[in-house]
Amino acid sequence: MNDKKIRVLVAKPGLDGHDRGAKVIAAALRDAGMEVIYTGLHQTPEKIAATALQEDVDVVALSVLSGAHMTLFPRVVDLLQESGMTDVLVTGGGIIPAEDAETLQAKGVGRLFGPGTATTDAVEYIRAWFTDRGVGRSTE
Amino acid sequence: MRQVLDDPMDAGAELKAELERRRRALAEVEEALRQWEASAADTPQREDSDFSTVSGREIRPVYTPLDRQAFDYTRDLGMPGEYPFTRGPYATMYRTRLWTKRLFSGFATAEETNERYKFLLARGQTGLSVAFDFPTLMGYDSDDPLCEGEVGKCGVAISSLADMETLFDGIPLDKVSVSMTINGPAIMLYCFLLVAAEKQGVGSDQVRGTIQNDILKEYMAQHAWIFPPRPALKVITDIFEWSSSHAPLFNTISISGYHIREAGATAVQELAYTLKNGFTYVEEGIRRGLDVDEFAPRLSFFWDVHNDFFEEVAKFRAGRRIWARHMKEIYGAQRPESWRLRTHAQTAGVTLTAQQPHNNIVRVAYQALAAVLGGTQSLHTNAMDETLALPTEAAVRIALRTQQILAFETGIPNTIDPLAGSYFVETLTDEMERDAEAIFSEIDELGGVVEGIENGYFQARIASAASRFQKEVETGRQTIVGVNEFLEDDEAEIEILRIDESAGESQRERLAKLRDERDQAAVDASLEKLGAAASNDQNLMPPMLDAVRAYATLGEIRSTLVNVYGRFKEPVAF
Repeated sequence: MNDKKIRVLVAKPGLDGHDRGAKVIAAALRDAGMEVIYTGLHQTPEKIAATALQEDVDVVALSVLSGAHMTLFPRVVDLLQESGMTDVLVTGGGIIPAEDAETLQAKGVGRLFGPGTATTDAVEYIRAWFTDRGVGRSTE
Repeated sequence: MRQVLDDPMDAGAELKAELERRRRALAEVEEALRQWEASAADTPQREDSDFSTVSGREIRPVYTPLDRQAFDYTRDLGMPGEYPFTRGPYATMYRTRLWTKRLFSGFATAEETNERYKFLLARGQTGLSVAFDFPTLMGYDSDDPLCEGEVGKCGVAISSLADMETLFDGIPLDKVSVSMTINGPAIMLYCFLLVAAEKQGVGSDQVRGTIQNDILKEYMAQHAWIFPPRPALKVITDIFEWSSSHAPLFNTISISGYHIREAGATAVQELAYTLKNGFTYVEEGIRRGLDVDEFAPRLSFFWDVHNDFFEEVAKFRAGRRIWARHMKEIYGAQRPESWRLRTHAQTAGVTLTAQQPHNNIVRVAYQALAAVLGGTQSLHTNAMDETLALPTEAAVRIALRTQQILAFETGIPNTIDPLAGSYFVETLTDEMERDAEAIFSEIDELGGVVEGIENGYFQARIASAASRFQKEVETGRQTIVGVNEFLEDDEAEIEILRIDESAGESQRERLAKLRDERDQAAVDASLEKLGAAASNDQNLMPPMLDAVRAYATLGEIRSTLVNVYGRFKEPVAF
């Protein structure tokens, strides 16, 4: 297959240090055949957008358990748009009430995964996002 | 055994007969076990479990006296409150004093959290435990641009002495003990508390409470650090040194397994990493020239209480025995207070599920029972809604009532260490101790805890245990009710607490007012002295207290020290 592999940036924005979920997801996406870059902790939205651009990723997956999701997700979406990365999927997870997830989706954020999510759901969601758009990406 | 007889010949014969009787008794058990195993082998076993603990420890179907042949009551258990403290740190345990019911809480501003504290104290809570927001945990002021969106979200925002005074307004700091979950900037918040008490007329020698102050586990697991490990250890030793003469009632550190476990570690990793961190602090104090018996009695611990009931009880018991043995035999402590491990416990947040959240009440109750059977000195019970948001008052009330039911209705606190002597629990306790010792040796081979942190050893071990657990859940090897089994299509929604953005705004205003009203020259001079003390390797407590009295902010103190000590950069791995 000639398709490019799906490249994912897993990122921890803000001061929140809970990285268990981010690391488990990063490992699961890697094991599912994606190319995964993990930023490490305490990243600003600016730093995340810059890394996304530099690494030419297809997906930015944010992990937010600090309650700051309503500030951090839109900020990253806006910064990516400003850098011309309009076709990047911004998804993620954390402690995010359903109501907030809906509001964020209306602002261009993809699906958000909560506690108890199977990593396979996240893998399938990302794969399907590319298939649905007819974008050639592989995980082989 | 019987009393010694007068005639040595008779005594010899008596002894021989006794040994023969014991040998025969064990042979009988051995034969019975063999027959039982043979018949059990023909009976089908359930296929939905592999009969191991949540940490992957294999559990046998039955334990017998054959497992306890090397057991020596005095050596391995002793009486409660006596070396090696396996049965509990105090002689009479809950018959004298029940565990402290201490619920961790804090949100939004100091003013709102002060109201929640008064609510909890009025309902029978016996100590306070402060949850700070991420900016405070990382040592930033609420008005720092890095903190946008996070002020007051996961805890209360405290940027200066003024906020601390508001937090404890109307709460007498000589009566109510205060535990503060703070690590990177622990020394700053400790000074805020001591000066807030001073303003109430309460001297540092009367203040009771705890600062978590356990930086080593921050690098391993929770990640709220500021400085690199070596200067961070220096600052912690300053706190030990100053407090041993100025704040004798204060627990200067709470060496914590909780966060290590929550990040994914197994029960025995939690036990071993935490105790090894504790030994590292002891070694630092000794290296400073402090007498181990001067500071060791103020060290305290903090365990996670996870789902596997007996493994958790065994962890508490093994922890006390290991600590006592090392403190006495390796570090040469002379006072029993230095040998005795006192602990706080919290039910495992990571076991709560967002699915069918009411089930969490039951999980928490079982975990609380394990903590009490393990002999905890204080306990936080999680509220059922904490995987969704900070808890509502209604959810917190159930969590507190869970402890009160345990304390006053079940009869559990009547007898001390009731699981002692159980073939199973004692064997598990021994196994945990043995496995922890093997991990200590592995860490020693790396060069020690700091070296292990710097090369990412702990972080990698914990991440791989977390991934293994997740795979077990996804393959169904671990059943989690409501998550991968026994699902409901139509889940009852529960009410959750929402923290609005107003905390950030009101904190920015408060700080602007503070910066405007204080004596800036005094602040600058005090920070300069603090920086000089750091550069000259002096104890930071006296100049820090002066800076706090002048209303220097958290972020200003942080910057002053970062200029001298630098920042920590984590080795990233997944």
